[in-house]
Amino acid sequence: MKKKPLAQNAALVSVLASILSIVIGLLIGFVVLLLVNPGAAAEGMAAMLGTGFSSLDKFGKVLYQTAPLLLCGLSVGFAFKTGLFNIGASGQFTMGAFFALYAAIVLQLPWWACLIFSMVGGAIWGIFPGLFKAFFNVNEVITSIMFNWIGMYLVNILCANTPKILASAWGATNSDRTAAIADANAGALIPSGPMKAVFGDSSWINISIFIAILAAIVIWFILEKTTFGYELKACGNNKEASRYAGINANRNVVISMVIAGALSGLGGGIYFLAGTIQYVLVKSILGMGFNGIPAALLASSNPIGTIFSSLFISYLQVGGASMQPNFSSESTDIIVSVIIYLAAFALLMRQLIVKVLTKRKDKEAKV
Amino acid sequence: MSLLFNIISLTIVFAVPLMLVALGGMFSERSGVVNIALEGIMVIGALCSCFTLSALDKNGFGPAHPQLSMFLAVLVAAVTGMIFSLLLAFAAINLKADQTIGGTALNTFAPAFAIVLTWAIQGQGITTIQIPSWIRIKASDFGFTELHPIIKTLFFKYSYMTTPIAIVLLVVSYIVLYKTRFGLRLRACGEHPQAADSVGINVYRMRYAGVLISGFLGGIGGLAYTVAIGSGFNASVGGYGFLALAVMIFGNWKPLYIAGSAIFFALFKVIAAYNAAIPFLPSFGGLKERSSLYQMLPYVVTMLVLIFTSKKSRAPKAEGIPYDKGKR
Repeated sequence: MKKKPLAQNAALVSVLASILSIVIGLLIGFVVLLLVNPGAAAEGMAAMLGTGFSSLDKFGKVLYQTAPLLLCGLSVGFAFKTGLFNIGASGQFTMGAFFALYAAIVLQLPWWACLIFSMVGGAIWGIFPGLFKAFFNVNEVITSIMFNWIGMYLVNILCANTPKILASAWGATNSDRTAAIADANAGALIPSGPMKAVFGDSSWINISIFIAILAAIVIWFILEKTTFGYELKACGNNKEASRYAGINANRNVVISMVIAGALSGLGGGIYFLAGTIQYVLVKSILGMGFNGIPAALLASSNPIGTIFSSLFISYLQVGGASMQPNFSSESTDIIVSVIIYLAAFALLMRQLIVKVLTKRKDKEAKV
Repeated sequence: MSLLFNIISLTIVFAVPLMLVALGGMFSERSGVVNIALEGIMVIGALCSCFTLSALDKNGFGPAHPQLSMFLAVLVAAVTGMIFSLLLAFAAINLKADQTIGGTALNTFAPAFAIVLTWAIQGQGITTIQIPSWIRIKASDFGFTELHPIIKTLFFKYSYMTTPIAIVLLVVSYIVLYKTRFGLRLRACGEHPQAADSVGINVYRMRYAGVLISGFLGGIGGLAYTVAIGSGFNASVGGYGFLALAVMIFGNWKPLYIAGSAIFFALFKVIAAYNAAIPFLPSFGGLKERSSLYQMLPYVVTMLVLIFTSKKSRAPKAEGIPYDKGKR
């Protein structure tokens, strides 16, 4: 049997392109560190790249942050597959968080019901860009950006006007954040399940990473193994052609955004129901949804690939926090931004890799 | 009454960054490049110009020549904004990359870079660059000693050089876009680049020009935002770059409408910030967090406008589509 040439293996080329982006990102990050503080750059880089595995507690934190990031990455990637840029994962994440917290603190529901609520919240926030795109032909990027801000302010208003959801109603003094889940409704905390045996009492760890991976598998199945997924991808590749083939493109745009929103919303629910963080009434948009964009781009929107890319990004972020005091933890964002920038011309990178691979093959042939 | 004039004066100072940045976005989009990197461009412009101001403050030049120093800072903001926008232009025009993703990358990079640099220059943990107080234009600079309090509030309470510069730039923008050959060509590239190319216009060069102008205006806008909030630069421009996108859409990609909608959006921002002190506003049945409501309204209005104008939207037809000569 004749072996397929390396250069024609799309998956391999994608993985190589991602690794190349990561390497270039790390190099540029290192150069920036060298420029701003030459003495501590090597140490800072080592902290960024070494901390995540340094202890079980740190690795637990990596997993804890991976789960919501993975869900946001899936959300962005799923929309990409349908030809939509869901820059609104942040707003959907916030809305999902609010729905989950409302269900947990005010309605006193168990954790799994709260997660369903979070998906509903995210889906509601995802349907708007979908509807606007389908019926009014408004670019989903613009709608998503607007709804990020509307969502953030709306959640502030809703929280402030629901006295029972605030920490001040549950024995704490502050009214600028929601109640600690452990005080308000311990049943809404996501259980740690079998993870406890491995990670001990690490406060970060729970089964959310499994929920997120399960979601990745479900999304992969929908996209690759169902007619519905095929239709969505067809719309993404060529809207006009798929309409000509009898696919209802508008309906698919809306459904795709609803699913994308539900995924981000679930991310928000998972993040805040872990019990380690309280939702603080914010003045700026939560970054988690935005970080879903590099997670999706790095994995070329492949759901299974997103598991690894989001693991990598949250690994960097946990490392970034320990770069202080020499560097601020935002140093990791520089690397992430380079990765996004490179992803913008992914096609070019892939052509480059294919060229290199074919050249090598030619050389081998000559020998 | 003084409250009313205070509001007017504040509205103007907040409308300045919105208008400048929205005009920048307009030039970029009119040339056919979607620029969601405005937020990042503002951050870089503000970062570099604030460092300039703080350096001039330390070496004594600033307090001695306040307005000349401020003018230097404006130039620094404009130039650094242009340099930063080159990254977007290169990706979007030469490499034909996805413009939205490229813009997202710049938006991620700018605040991170700002914090890392501020941290490194000012020492660990100090992420705010203080702005010297001498940059404000005072009535005494013009030799006015006794002024009517209304005039004083209107013209000299929050008065910075960025405001007159913004008015000049608005007029210049209008003239460049509508009354020059360059403006006509730029608009052609955003509407139908193939047609423009066929009559000998260099589409790539025009799009570079559009993006660079947006970097120029966005950088100055970043400085204008920072002086407007007054409390120093904290590696963020508070979402004004995204708000400017809304201003641009609301202003229908036209300079004068953009100026109007910038004032409209700024008014809501000011009301949101000072709603507790304004007695004649409705209380909405004792609703808490009313400031969030006012903050939210401009975005909601923009969405409504988008719905109602979607059928006859004036958005440049070719925006967001990389121009490929081979596909003509």
